Amino acid sequence: MNIVVLVKYIPNPEGTPEMGPDHRLKREGVEGALDPGDEHSVEAALQLAGSDGEVTLVTMGPEAAVGALRRGLSMGGHKGVHVLDDSLKGADVLVTARVLAAVVKRQAGFDLVLAGVESTDGYTGTLPMAVAELLDLPNVTFARKVEVADGTLKVERQTEAGYDEVECPLPAVVTVTAGANEPRYPTLKGIMQAKQKPMDTLSVSDLGLSAEDVKATQEVMGLEPVAAKEAGEVIEDPEEAPGRVVEFLTKAKVI
Amino acid sequence: MDFDLTEEQQEFRKAVREFSEEVIAPRAEQMDRDEELPLDIVKQMGQMGLFGLPFPEEYGGQGADFLTFCIAVEELARIDSSMAITLEAGVGLGANPIYADGTEEQKRRWLAPMCRGEILGAFGLTEPGGGSDAGSTKTTARLDGGEWVINGSKAFITNSGTDITGLVTITAVTGEGDGGHKEISAIIVPTGTAGFDVGKSYRKVGWHGSDTHELSFNDCRVPEANLLGEKGKGFAQFLRTLDDGRVAVAALGTGLAQGCLEESLKYAGQRHAFNRPIGAFQAIQFKIADMRVAVETARLATYQAAWLKDQGRPYKAQAALAKLYASEIAVTCAREAVQIHGGYGFMEEFPVARHYRDSKVLEIGEGTSEIMRWIIARDLGLPESNA
Ligand SMILES: Cc1cc2nc3c(=O)[nH]c(=O)nc-3n(C[C@H](O)[C@H](O)[C@H](O)COP(=O)(O)OP(=O)(O)OC[C@H]3O[C@@H](n4cnc5c(N)ncnc54)[C@H](O)[C@@H]3O)c2cc1C
Repeated sequence: MNIVVLVKYIPNPEGTPEMGPDHRLKREGVEGALDPGDEHSVEAALQLAGSDGEVTLVTMGPEAAVGALRRGLSMGGHKGVHVLDDSLKGADVLVTARVLAAVVKRQAGFDLVLAGVESTDGYTGTLPMAVAELLDLPNVTFARKVEVADGTLKVERQTEAGYDEVECPLPAVVTVTAGANEPRYPTLKGIMQAKQKPMDTLSVSDLGLSAEDVKATQEVMGLEPVAAKEAGEVIEDPEEAPGRVVEFLTKAKVI
Repeated sequence: MDFDLTEEQQEFRKAVREFSEEVIAPRAEQMDRDEELPLDIVKQMGQMGLFGLPFPEEYGGQGADFLTFCIAVEELARIDSSMAITLEAGVGLGANPIYADGTEEQKRRWLAPMCRGEILGAFGLTEPGGGSDAGSTKTTARLDGGEWVINGSKAFITNSGTDITGLVTITAVTGEGDGGHKEISAIIVPTGTAGFDVGKSYRKVGWHGSDTHELSFNDCRVPEANLLGEKGKGFAQFLRTLDDGRVAVAALGTGLAQGCLEESLKYAGQRHAFNRPIGAFQAIQFKIADMRVAVETARLATYQAAWLKDQGRPYKAQAALAKLYASEIAVTCAREAVQIHGGYGFMEEFPVARHYRDSKVLEIGEGTSEIMRWIIARDLGLPESNA
């Protein structure tokens, strides 16, 4: 199995992100890490690839984004591809998908593309579908278990009520949930070996894309903090409470 | 002169830190309360390669230098001393003697599973009758029909009674040397050998998650080939083992003190008194500033000792110096961290309470502070006081 994993380097996953004057997340000159969500897709890939498969990690991002590849490689990934190009600053989902799809296309004989459900910084949760669409591949989302048997992909797809069993032909694009596995921590040996593994750095033109292809179709005009939640209501009278709760839930169309 | 860790060491430190924060921290209070070593965490530490760090790859190790091993111990101790000592003793006391003095056969049999964390090794030197005066060992081993017959007991032995303990290396008197001196040798006793009994756990002040037992040997028979190193060289061998262990215990003290510093800094910003954060009081600021001085100094001393060892240079005195300093500042920092936390510092919900109980043993285990001062004084050329 040859698997491509789309990974993202995100600024400071535990802290509060800083916004730049262009209303975009500051990505340069800040501490960052492989998106914790992506650790699950890397882990899933390593398990699926087994001992004879190959796991290729792909990222698009500034200089520091190589950190995401390095982490994935020290977990056991085999090679990395970093798309680094100044013209990609401020890229939106569609542009990012075009770039990543172009990289995936270059990976001869890939069987599967894995990605996280959504990034921890952007949270759009739409990139993997866009990549699948551009590659004209089937896409299964929210995988809590991924298996391949006789060339067919079998996925347990997490739903609100439980899970669906989905089968689909390969190659395909699959997004992996945090419940899918327990990502391994890199060993020292893994960290040392990561330095020796092949790493490609590509520009937009290396990918055969034009300036037009990577022109963002969205522009961020401004930023507003999310409105604070209204304070809850406390009903202290035990006589009154049940009725009021039912009333509240009815109004909220929950019951 | 270069004070920077390599890029790999920095990355590795980060990985161990994440592991400690994500896997160990949420369980630390529980394991302390249950007084039980969580073997599932040991297993994960094994998968991360921690137990094989300073050993060559051919024995299943990670091929790291000793400094890198110290970094791992330090990072674990920043969160929890029980897991840190489990690693320190597993590597420093369990695996290290086998690696340093074992035959090829012994290394193949024991070292590889220890490196993977599948079995834990222990080292039994201390006896109920004495630890500092290790030459006074009373446990005996005599040869009989190609087997060692061991009699005696050992006290306070770390990692000796877990479900995955595979062996304990013990020191025993195997004869009389020149001038009537006791001849001491090291012998490997596999767990489960008839006549080798593991007593029940101690009720300890700290290190509750770490496994400690008294061991007894009653006509316990092991093959003659279980002799570790040379007959009669047991004393010299364990002195070297302890030198290594002391550097790692220094790392443990440094990590514990670092944890206390961070917890104190956080609390000083959150807790208010007299309409301001307590961190605005100079009395609190000075405590925290002193902690930082202590932690950074201890770290330098520890890394220097580890570096000397890695360079193949003499490090005995530096190991004693680092162990002495780091363990004493660990106790001081833990005490001050509790003080900064006020009444909450005395409550087990706060990690500093656990650090406080865990810190004291650092001044005792693997050579007491008094023994460290003795080694340092002797290194300065002062006259022998214990002859
Ligand atoms: C939790 C825990 C885990 C341990 N794990 C292990 C283990 O895995 N393996 C192992 O072999 N041991 C282990 N030990 C034992 C430990 O190494 C000893 O407790 C330590 O070496 C001190 O020995 P002792 O307890 O016999 O004290 P003693 O040697 O009786 O010392 C009592 C006091 O006298 C002082 N003293 C002794 N001699 C001198 C001197 N010459 N000059 C000045 N002062 C002196 C000591 O410093 C101390 O203050 C462990 C101990 C503990 C508490």
